[in-house]
Amino acid sequence: MTYVLAIALGLVAGMLAGMLGVGGGLLFVPTLIVLGLNEHEAIGTSLLAIIPTVLVGTWRQSRYGNVRWRAAAALGVAAAITAQGGVALAESLHATTLRRLFAGLLVLVAAQIAWRARRSES
Amino acid sequence: MRLVLIGLVAGFFSALFGVGGGIVIVPLLLLFCGWEARSATATSLAAIGITAVSGVIAYAIHGDVNVGYAALVGLPAAGSVGFATALQQRLHTRTVELLFAGFVFAVAVWLFVK
Repeated sequence: MTYVLAIALGLVAGMLAGMLGVGGGLLFVPTLIVLGLNEHEAIGTSLLAIIPTVLVGTWRQSRYGNVRWRAAAALGVAAAITAQGGVALAESLHATTLRRLFAGLLVLVAAQIAWRARRSES
Repeated sequence: MRLVLIGLVAGFFSALFGVGGGIVIVPLLLLFCGWEARSATATSLAAIGITAVSGVIAYAIHGDVNVGYAALVGLPAAGSVGFATALQQRLHTRTVELLFAGFVFAVAVWLFVK
């Protein structure tokens, strides 16, 4: 049953990634926590799970001519550097603190998606 | 230059929370660079790939990466992402976005009270 849920949430995460340009990790992390991983494992594992999703997503988007490659390289390389700091901070935090921060992040994301939906309406 | 700054901010949050960074990159590209949504989401996906590799290596060193579980959620997502990008080209996404917003909010509440 848990595995069915994992696969179903994986499918939803992929939809989110394709339509909204987020990597799917927003849903991977809570899914992995449901599966019994601790917060740090869920976050590390989520980053790995993101990779196939973004590869497929990027490939599909590039066929529509939507990817600006030079910009993506500038963003990605800069982000890869500060990612090391992010991991160091996460590893220094208590699991409960990290989970609550993540919940806070999700609230912000929900608000942002709703805001974008309203914006595209006008 | 703006792109590098956006990347620097996104990378930190991405690795801290195990998310791609698109939630930071996409709105900043829309707001500060004046990009339209499809280029922003597509370019963000490509950038996330690079960021995620960097984060995974660092978490793996701490023993916090579970390859089996990554495949369990990551591979179905890789299947549906292609379908979703096709849908995005044709569809007015507003309803879907509002549904997702509600779902993400519900997950946040669950995580907080867990």
